[in-house]
Amino acid sequence: MIVLSAAVVAIVFAAGTFLLLQRDLFRIVAGILTISNAATLFIIASGLSRGQAPILPLDSGPVSDPVSQALALTALVIGFAVAALLLVMVYRLYLSHHSLDAQAIQTSERRSAALQRREGDPYVEEVPEEEIDEDPGEAQEREVTTP
Amino acid sequence: MSYAIALSFLVAALAPTIVRFAGRASPWILAILPASIFAWFLSLTGRVREEGSIVQQITWVPGLDANLTFHLDGLSLLFALLVSGIGILIVLYGGGYLKGHPQLGRFYLFLLFFMGSMLGVVLASNVISLFVFWELTSFSSYGLIGFIHEKERSRAAALQALLVTSLGGLVMLVGLILLGSMGGSFELTQLTLQDSLSEHPFYVGALLLILAGAFTKSAQFPFHFWLPGAMEAPTPVSAYLHSATMVKAGVYLMARLNPALGDTTLWLYLVGGIGLVTMVVGAYLALAHTDLKKLLAYSTVMALGQLTMLIGLGTELAIQAMVVFLLVHALYKAALFMAAGSIDHETGTRDVRELGGLAGVMPLTFAASLVAALSMAGLPPLFGFVGKEIVYDATLSLDSGAALFTTFAVLANIAVVAVAGIVALRPFLGARRQTPKAPHEAPFTMWIGPALLGVGSVVFGLLPALVGPTFMVGAASAVLGEPQSFELALWHGFNLPLLLSAITVASGVILYLAWPRLRTGFGNFDRLFGEVPRLGYEWTLDALARVAAWQTRTIQNGSLRWYLFVIVAFFVALTGATLLFRGGIALPDTTGSVHIFEVIVAIICAGGALVVVLARSRVAALASLGITGYALALLFVMFSAPDLALTQLFIETLSVILLTLVVIYLPPLRRSEATPGRTRPVVRDAVVSALAGGLVTLLVWGVIANPLDMTIPEFYGENSYTQAHGRNIVNVILVDFRAIDTMGEILVLALAGIGVFTLMRLRANRARAPRVFAYRLAPEEERGLVPAERTDIAGPLPDDDEWEQDERGPNS
Repeated sequence: MIVLSAAVVAIVFAAGTFLLLQRDLFRIVAGILTISNAATLFIIASGLSRGQAPILPLDSGPVSDPVSQALALTALVIGFAVAALLLVMVYRLYLSHHSLDAQAIQTSERRSAALQRREGDPYVEEVPEEEIDEDPGEAQEREVTTP
Repeated sequence: MSYAIALSFLVAALAPTIVRFAGRASPWILAILPASIFAWFLSLTGRVREEGSIVQQITWVPGLDANLTFHLDGLSLLFALLVSGIGILIVLYGGGYLKGHPQLGRFYLFLLFFMGSMLGVVLASNVISLFVFWELTSFSSYGLIGFIHEKERSRAAALQALLVTSLGGLVMLVGLILLGSMGGSFELTQLTLQDSLSEHPFYVGALLLILAGAFTKSAQFPFHFWLPGAMEAPTPVSAYLHSATMVKAGVYLMARLNPALGDTTLWLYLVGGIGLVTMVVGAYLALAHTDLKKLLAYSTVMALGQLTMLIGLGTELAIQAMVVFLLVHALYKAALFMAAGSIDHETGTRDVRELGGLAGVMPLTFAASLVAALSMAGLPPLFGFVGKEIVYDATLSLDSGAALFTTFAVLANIAVVAVAGIVALRPFLGARRQTPKAPHEAPFTMWIGPALLGVGSVVFGLLPALVGPTFMVGAASAVLGEPQSFELALWHGFNLPLLLSAITVASGVILYLAWPRLRTGFGNFDRLFGEVPRLGYEWTLDALARVAAWQTRTIQNGSLRWYLFVIVAFFVALTGATLLFRGGIALPDTTGSVHIFEVIVAIICAGGALVVVLARSRVAALASLGITGYALALLFVMFSAPDLALTQLFIETLSVILLTLVVIYLPPLRRSEATPGRTRPVVRDAVVSALAGGLVTLLVWGVIANPLDMTIPEFYGENSYTQAHGRNIVNVILVDFRAIDTMGEILVLALAGIGVFTLMRLRANRARAPRVFAYRLAPEEERGLVPAERTDIAGPLPDDDEWEQDERGPNS
């Protein structure tokens, strides 16, 4: 059972790690969820004292460790809270950037930071629709020629 | 002694309040503090002379041998009297100089804080507490140089002085700790009794490190550049900290450690040599300047160099010369600084080229600065003459190098004579010049200081016996580590020092007269020895900033993937290495039966996780996530964890619902086309993930190999019903024994809930959004991203890392 549970932890953790390293934000969140699952299983598997459930009255014989169970329970709930928050953030990011690609969002934000530096005050009270719809590339090119 | 220091700090803290309520009387009220400290130290003179030293110990951190030990011997007494005595005059002078300044309270706060710290430096016997006070003086100097903080130059000068002196101080701390370990004690009183320290293998290292602190603090070449820069401070500060007291802390430390570390060839060459160079360079750098304060600052550098040189020479006569010149210099330099400040205050300029003929309008200031300048030039019957005679006497009587040291001492003193003339004669004599302000005689508080110090120069010159046996002999005995007896005299008869004095004064007068024509020539000298070290400092600062910027760009490049990769890689590398080298690897116990049902659940759980990785659509991914979660719940059942299994079921159900809700709004998962040569990140990720998984397996085995400590579970098992009246031990732990933890957990959940709610409700306000935000919403490429091919707009941006560019095509 030890070998088996260790193997499950290993596979689930490796899968979570791989997901974590991807570009798609949704997969990153899935990776975090998977890793927290692996972590819970890790606590239970390594706190292994297999036996009857820790509910009184106990018969004689081995009992499962209630402490690691209590710890794991806490971890589960916290993991859920984190995942929920992350998911909503992913959703918001998609709404604002129309992309879930971490790389593309990063590049875009770098460029906008550069634009902000170049254009001075980044906050504009009113952005008319025309300005939003105009091809940003052209406008920027004109500015670039005279840095 | 500790009371004197503590009282200084206390009054410093109260100073702003006192200034607010006492108004014009505040300088007089505040001057009571240094005056009473001065009187108290003066009253201890007899005791110090009889007993040699007075010791007071307060235990501070006994475990680290860091104690607040204070001891007062001849050298400490001389310094303490200088610090508190000149302190009286400066407190009064500062009141006149900064009269009506809205920040006068802050000025007094730092000034008195400095006085307390400086007293701490010269009284501390424990080297650790000495270091603490040492750095406090640097800190108060920072506050005082940058007092006029609206000026950028003040701020830069303050920072420069702080960086140079406090970095030197930190280096010195290492040296002091080395010294402590060499001598087996952190008490200076113990260390100075040992004479075998110079044979210790750490000697060279400790000496170099300590001298780094002393040289930076006392503005020795090539660290001398900060002192002229510090002239941005209000003049009372320059007169006090940067001529008479703080800059002499380095000299004090070298003198103090002379019995322990001195009397070696290295000490002679290093301390004596650097002192010699500083003395000559400082003296002639002064002549390149026309700003009164800069002139005085460089001549202070010269004086510090001469003091350092004399300590380096280390003969009895040299040490006598050192302690005498210390007092001589403090008397005339503080007076000249105050006079220069008065000129600046009254006329609005301190450029000697714009000043002239002030003798008529400022007679008292003129008289005081004339006396001080005569003492500086070393003319009889002033105290400066006594000082210079004994310096020449010391260099002439050296066994080796007498000619060299004497020649350079004479050369430096020639320049000093000229500087004395420039600062004390030129502004007052000749024709009146037009100045920005119409000058009047300085107010009483501003001329009394220079006048009293001038009187001191005259009286001590005529009657050197007043200070000789009491203070000079005691101080010299402390520096040499053995009792001394000598007498000071104004007139030594016709001898070689007198001849040298005559030569010095005559050449100095010629130099003074020729100075207006020679000044530009000295400018070149200034560019080499004054500017180059300063540029070196600026270059170092720049380089530091560039390295920091480069480091930030490299480590924090803004790529989430890179951060996550680094985190995972470090987890694998560090944990793996620890397991490997600390012998944590253990093979599991393979005995024990495994039920076929357990194998099936395990396969479902692991398989689900793998399917998430391989899934080609978001829905498939979330379904397999759910499968893993539910299988996990079943595994918990097998581990006899019913509560955990129930919770996992709930959580997983909620998670899947939430995921589904979000996925509805998300675009389809974009699978990248396989592009040749672009598989590297995938392979790399796979390798790192596999390593991480393997490592976790080892960790599980390693943990299990250690016997589980059952005392805690047993405690809960025994007490959960008797104390908490619950049969389910896990529940009891959560809601009773560790209830506060659970409350924290509920708080986290609530916060997450608020976060989720807010983020869902928040509407992107396009009108108020940043402009680039609006660009991103433009239909460019259907995604609204600032288009990637517009690399032109990313011109000045650092390029993405190579491996990231590799993946621009695949969008996994």
